[in-house]
Amino acid sequence: MKNLKNIIYGIAVLIALTVLITNLNSCSKKEKTGPTMSGDEAEKVYVAPGKYDEFYYFVSGGFSGQLAAYGIPSGRLLKVIPVYSVNPENGYGYTEETKPMLNTSYGFVPWDDSHHSELSQTDGIPDGRWVFINGNNTPRLARIDLKTFKTVEILEIPNSSGNHSSPFITPGTEYVVAGTRFSVPVPNKDVPISSYKENFRGTISFIKVDKDKGDMSVAFQLITPPYDYDLSHAGKGPSNGWFFFSCYNSEEANTLLEVNASQKDKDFIMAVNWKKIEELVAQNKGTMMESKYAHNKWSDETHTATSEILTSTRVLKPEDVQGCIYYIPCPKSPHGADVDPTGNFIVGGGKLATVIPVFSFEKIKKAIESNQTDGNVEGIPILKYDACLAGEVQNPGLGPLHTEFDDKGFAYTSAFVSSEIVKWKVETREVVDRMQVFYSVGHLTIPGGDSRKPWGKYLLSMNKMTKDRYLPTGPELTQSAQLIDISGDKMKLLSDFPTIGEPHYAQGIPADLVTKNQLKIYKIEENKNPYVTKSPNDAKVVREGNTVHVYIAAMRSHFTPDNIEGIKVGDEVYFHMTNLEQDWDIPHGFAIMGNLNSEMLVMPGETCSIKWVPEKPGIYPMYCTDFCSALHQEMQGYVRVSSKDSNTPLTFSTGNK
Amino acid sequence: MSKTSRILILISALAMIAIYFVPVWSIALEAPQYPEGLGMQIWISKMTGDLQIINGLNHYIGMKTIQPDSIEELKLMPYILGFIILYGLLVVIINKRSMLLSWIIIMIIIGSVGAYDFWSWEYDYGHNLDPTAAIKVPGMNYQPPLIGSKQLLNFNASSMPDIGAYILFASGIAAIIILIYEYKKSKIKNTRI
Repeated sequence: MKNLKNIIYGIAVLIALTVLITNLNSCSKKEKTGPTMSGDEAEKVYVAPGKYDEFYYFVSGGFSGQLAAYGIPSGRLLKVIPVYSVNPENGYGYTEETKPMLNTSYGFVPWDDSHHSELSQTDGIPDGRWVFINGNNTPRLARIDLKTFKTVEILEIPNSSGNHSSPFITPGTEYVVAGTRFSVPVPNKDVPISSYKENFRGTISFIKVDKDKGDMSVAFQLITPPYDYDLSHAGKGPSNGWFFFSCYNSEEANTLLEVNASQKDKDFIMAVNWKKIEELVAQNKGTMMESKYAHNKWSDETHTATSEILTSTRVLKPEDVQGCIYYIPCPKSPHGADVDPTGNFIVGGGKLATVIPVFSFEKIKKAIESNQTDGNVEGIPILKYDACLAGEVQNPGLGPLHTEFDDKGFAYTSAFVSSEIVKWKVETREVVDRMQVFYSVGHLTIPGGDSRKPWGKYLLSMNKMTKDRYLPTGPELTQSAQLIDISGDKMKLLSDFPTIGEPHYAQGIPADLVTKNQLKIYKIEENKNPYVTKSPNDAKVVREGNTVHVYIAAMRSHFTPDNIEGIKVGDEVYFHMTNLEQDWDIPHGFAIMGNLNSEMLVMPGETCSIKWVPEKPGIYPMYCTDFCSALHQEMQGYVRVSSKDSNTPLTFSTGNK
Repeated sequence: MSKTSRILILISALAMIAIYFVPVWSIALEAPQYPEGLGMQIWISKMTGDLQIINGLNHYIGMKTIQPDSIEELKLMPYILGFIILYGLLVVIINKRSMLLSWIIIMIIIGSVGAYDFWSWEYDYGHNLDPTAAIKVPGMNYQPPLIGSKQLLNFNASSMPDIGAYILFASGIAAIIILIYEYKKSKIKNTRI
């Protein structure tokens, strides 16, 4: 009896303990939604059906290599613009016309890592003409025309590797810069990696942008000490004419950088007087260096890209540009180098720093004039930290990275490690507000937030991790953007939405600056593609040896021709399709069974060509892939492929005619 | 006729010169997919608007393509209008009520023949359809109204006079009013005598 009592007592205690522990456990679980929501957020991000968003945001795709256009405040994805990565969805990088866009000195590179978007500016204000974006892996710079939302130019950057501190621009879009993240031998050659200090060099490229057409060309390159050039921003207002580049690894390590490049207390922000260098270049300073690089351009008239391999660039060494470059010490592996709207202050973002240094351009100028230096690197003077400093932001969060600005004198800095956004007053450097974001914010952006004129209404926080934020999708999760209302004193989280690839950085602009230039169709009479078919009567099939050119006219809801015979195994067949529609939003697509290539979408008035090499005899259906009309499903045809030695005559027809 | 009447006739005749520079009639089409609308304007010597798009859509129902070059009336109309204007000037110079009357009759005849001609073009386009067309609705024709609106499948077609037609109406009505005034005036004169 006593035994049974003891057992019951024991069980009762165990149950009580279990209940207690589970309760305690659930109490200690943190509320994951973070800041309290006030209830009117939905109203602020709701854009009624058929209504337009207030802003376009151009969000880079990171490792996707593309650029995405979102409507803000709704967060609706409007378009993924293919830039560096092939896109079988519309044939970018697969059609004969677009293939040259991805040509490089290494050959056809179908991918890149696109990090920073930068809108063209007029007088320091985003103007909505073009958006530039860098290719981080195979150093490239792309220009997207916002008339067509198409990549119209890609320029390879010679003597560079890891084009990260790019494509930041000068206030008049005179130059777009490209700073190398990896220092490498210049020109590149086979050397021991351990000879880093002796053989490796950094390069900073200034790319000239044609004022009217936007065409890019490498104006000059600065050869610099072998650091990792990370990010940059141009001066404006009083600091116009200068460019500021952050750099880390002043230790000049070539292995285990995580430790070896984190040894020094301070690295640098490099200040470059580009206006002065421009004058030196005009006097023919520097030398021409042999270096192969590709320049690819798209023509809206021929709907075709051409690729040209260029062979030399002008380079300037530190001794060529004395008095034009200075190093400003900046704590702990600086990342962001951001200039406030007035152009008076330069903000460094030391990844491992406990403060945010704010430099005064006025003081930098004085330090240069009064020679307040602390030694030099390869002849480049190092200015005294205290002589340049306006002040430090204390307690700015852990791992401060990037800073953008609003139009009321406030700065917003992202802190990766503490996963928060910190708002501080530029004049006084005091922190006035902070907000958790989910999780691990990299860049943040405010429309015009790095320009002379911020539109300080929305801030987008671009986060690397989402963990428990959305419905799970297995091990590979989406990254995210969080929209924050910054119109009041306190930041307010409005919404978050998943993005394509890695939303590395974005720029926003009031929508009307872009919508007013939109192109709706290509005029068929202005189509200068050499393979155009301007009327169904001109459709034809032409054999030239083993090459067959099929000139197709597409019109709702048929192809002309749609029956083709006489193609032989091994022929190189090019389907040149012209969309004869002259109406907005009526694309036609083209696909043929078993094509090892891709499909393609052809916009009204455009001509696109896709290659197909059939390997087996038989009948191959082709069809329109874009749901163009009520009879879209009828928009189809057949190609007959005969064996190599057959005598099937080459014929083509539509509708038994 | 009084001096005022003659000046007014002169103005009416000269006002019609404007018809060379503005559309006379317009057809508007609206559909869910075309919230911005499609339009076609008929001028004295040409047709403008979204002809290419309208032709593209019409091929589904087997309507003939609208090709302004093949419409003879568009070549003839500028001369007819020129004749009306010159005749108006003649009325002013010759200064006879009967001339004014004949001018009005000519305008009415030409206007009616023109309207009938336009209607028959519409009839032809709306009824003579390609028998192999993709969309065939038994008993359905696609003739837009002369004036007013009509639902044609997913399109609401409205046909309305445009500025040119209004100028023509205004000139014609002005002429009629002047004629009535002149007759009344002479009657009063006659009774007085």
